Amino acid sequence: MTNLTSPNGKKERIGVYVCHCGSNIAGTVDVAEVATWAGTYLKKEGVVVARDYKFMCSSSGQDLIEKDVKELGLTRVVVAACSPHLHEQTFRTACNRAGLNPYLCELVSIREQVSWVHSDKIAATEKSKAVVTGGVRRVIHHQPLEQLHVPIHPATLVVGGGIAGIQAALELADAGYPVYLVEREPSIGGHMSQFDKTFPTLDCSACILTPKMVSIGTHPNISLLTWSEVTQVEGYVGNFSVTIRKKARYVKDELCTGCAICQEKCPKKVIDEVYEAGLGYRKAIYTPFPQAVPKYPVIDRQNCIYFQKGTCKACEKFCPTNSIDFTQEDEFITVDVGNIILATGYDLFDARRISQYGYGRLANVFTSLEFERLSNAAGPTNGNIVLRDGVTVPKTVGIVHCVGSRDRNFNNYCSVICCMQGLKFAHIVHERTGATVYNFYIDMRTAFKAYDEFYQRVLEEGTLFVRGKVAEITDAARLPGEEGRLIVQVEDTLVGKQRRIPVDMVILSSGLQPRADAKALAKLFGISCSSDGWMIEKHPKLDPVATMTEGVFIAGCVQGPKDIPTSVAQGAAASARVLGRIQQGEIAIEPIRASVDEEKCSGCRICNDLCPFSAILFHSDRNVSEINPALCQGCGTCIAACPAGAISGTGFSDLQILSQIDGLMLLGIEHSHPA
Amino acid sequence: MSDNFEPIIIGFTCNWCSYRAADLAGTARVKYPPNIRLVRLMCSGRLDPTFVLKAFASGADGVLITGCHPGECHYIEQNYKALRRYLLLKRTLTQMGIEPRRLKLVWASAAEGVKLAEEITKMVAEVQALGPLHWPHWENAATLLEGDQNMVLETEEVLP
Repeated sequence: MTNLTSPNGKKERIGVYVCHCGSNIAGTVDVAEVATWAGTYLKKEGVVVARDYKFMCSSSGQDLIEKDVKELGLTRVVVAACSPHLHEQTFRTACNRAGLNPYLCELVSIREQVSWVHSDKIAATEKSKAVVTGGVRRVIHHQPLEQLHVPIHPATLVVGGGIAGIQAALELADAGYPVYLVEREPSIGGHMSQFDKTFPTLDCSACILTPKMVSIGTHPNISLLTWSEVTQVEGYVGNFSVTIRKKARYVKDELCTGCAICQEKCPKKVIDEVYEAGLGYRKAIYTPFPQAVPKYPVIDRQNCIYFQKGTCKACEKFCPTNSIDFTQEDEFITVDVGNIILATGYDLFDARRISQYGYGRLANVFTSLEFERLSNAAGPTNGNIVLRDGVTVPKTVGIVHCVGSRDRNFNNYCSVICCMQGLKFAHIVHERTGATVYNFYIDMRTAFKAYDEFYQRVLEEGTLFVRGKVAEITDAARLPGEEGRLIVQVEDTLVGKQRRIPVDMVILSSGLQPRADAKALAKLFGISCSSDGWMIEKHPKLDPVATMTEGVFIAGCVQGPKDIPTSVAQGAAASARVLGRIQQGEIAIEPIRASVDEEKCSGCRICNDLCPFSAILFHSDRNVSEINPALCQGCGTCIAACPAGAISGTGFSDLQILSQIDGLMLLGIEHSHPA
Repeated sequence: MSDNFEPIIIGFTCNWCSYRAADLAGTARVKYPPNIRLVRLMCSGRLDPTFVLKAFASGADGVLITGCHPGECHYIEQNYKALRRYLLLKRTLTQMGIEPRRLKLVWASAAEGVKLAEEITKMVAEVQALGPLHWPHWENAATLLEGDQNMVLETEEVLP
């Protein structure tokens, strides 16, 4: 059964290289033993040299391979080291330098899959031998392959018009390339447009954001599609075809001047749950805020009197440019782009879920976003910090940190921004009202530039800090002085005492959550999200804005909680990655593709319907199927399904896999004797 | 040598999710028994049922198929095809007299290193409890095959 000769019939000359990875592998696996064993027992497989080396990925490690390829005439290379997702490219490149086709190299993992997950040294060494044997048996059947080159379309799709998306779009557009910026709300700006101040500099959020928004709106290279959503993504890196639903605005944007008379005249007031966080009103025809980009309003169909009752049309009557069009319908457009940047941001943790904090039940418990609107000069109270009654200025304010974060009942992770947000609120309350401010925190996290200095400043301003997780917020007074107020019940862990602190207002510094539709988004763009719902980057440290899907990048809070500077940096980073691609003009992709042997194909067409990329064409004249390599993504489903065995796949052929299984089964399991 | 039966389990992983979950388990130093040996495929949809039968025929005591969660396939929907093949394989194995519990399907996303490690640990214990798979040796299998051929020939004689 086991075929030890390659397709060309001659015996391969294989080199085996076992990496110590310092003590990462060598600490658990007897690497010298594995190398010696491979050199002795895998001779009939064609192993002519087997070595172990401290760091195979180092330049001297790579030199070792290059030298052997040249001097010993190796025709195949097996490296037993870390995961192929880390260093496959390194060793392929080394082979290539030595004149060996890079795809004749196989990297097998004895670190992630052996030394790091097993502790029994003998068993780990035996398993490593089996893994190496699997690799050797497999590599015999490797074939020299050439990378495929696909052209990169110069346009980019940016999804999400928050600060990360804005930055990404501007970088690309300024470099001279076309950008489609898609935003689901009527205006770009995202969460940042709702804030009053930004920490730690206390810059006015709108003052630093709106110039960028205006640039987006006026940039000749940016096609801004607000009130729009991506509905379908087809294609692959370099050549995506994206369908976007432009929701009906009921306003002709080519005529509208943004004079806002319609918003003044519209008789229907609606509580603005999105932009004003439920604290203020908007009209049924509205732009979320005065500096909105674009300036054209949208009609909210659910609340428009005309759409609900058939009469009104006040906006139409008063519009000086006849821009209102009640007959508009959703429009679907398809755009071609080479790369995609996702910057869809976050949702705020719903504080109602922590019932003991009373949000939604106790009037003067506010969420962080509500407070942002409350303190914003353009907000519903013109920046006056008042209780829910709209007039009373609080004398004492409690700010609760880690609401919904670092809590195993809700989210285990730290939301990163809430400590600084809480400090910012403390400063604003102190500055505007002179109230006494308590911060209830678990740990103060003020990493990053000038953050801790801001903490010191807030401390010096006289803000009080209580270390402890708030147990309950209640209006049930028990002690004198508590009547009519909110009581924060908390264990002060620094003094080891339970405390009841009466306050007039509580601000919950809510954590960040993935968007409610994160899973659907991941599916739409073919990327993965963690069980929390944050999108997964290609490498958490070294490739933070790329994803496992070529051509799809992530920036900002879609990847995890982060502050504004980091979101901006990621937006710029993602566009730098895209620009590199565009300027190269084409991209090399892995030549893992399926192909049909027409001699063997019976024309049964079973494979035709299995391909989700419609890559398989059926030629009825010749009664055979053919695979279009440009559309094939290399999943291999058709190969597994072909009853005639007529389809084969490069890199993962039946022979390669069956041989690997053979090799893996060669050795049983032995354990070290207990000491 | 330990007296306990140490099964060997072949695990098929998807390049995009479960192989990464295995990487993640490694990076996080989550321990699991050394009885599993993984094969990387580009997608669980690549899993030819032959691979599973081959693993059993080569002496594996169990086979673990892993792939992306339904709806999260890197290739849109190919993991559903793996699911179909898995269900068919279970029935086929039963008919061959192989306990269907020797074959297991686990969905593991790239973030679920701990889950994958737990599933591997569980499966090793389950297969350990089942005992070795007494698959006939190849030489015997060849005679069996001969027997089958005779049976076919006999049937052909009977049929018109």
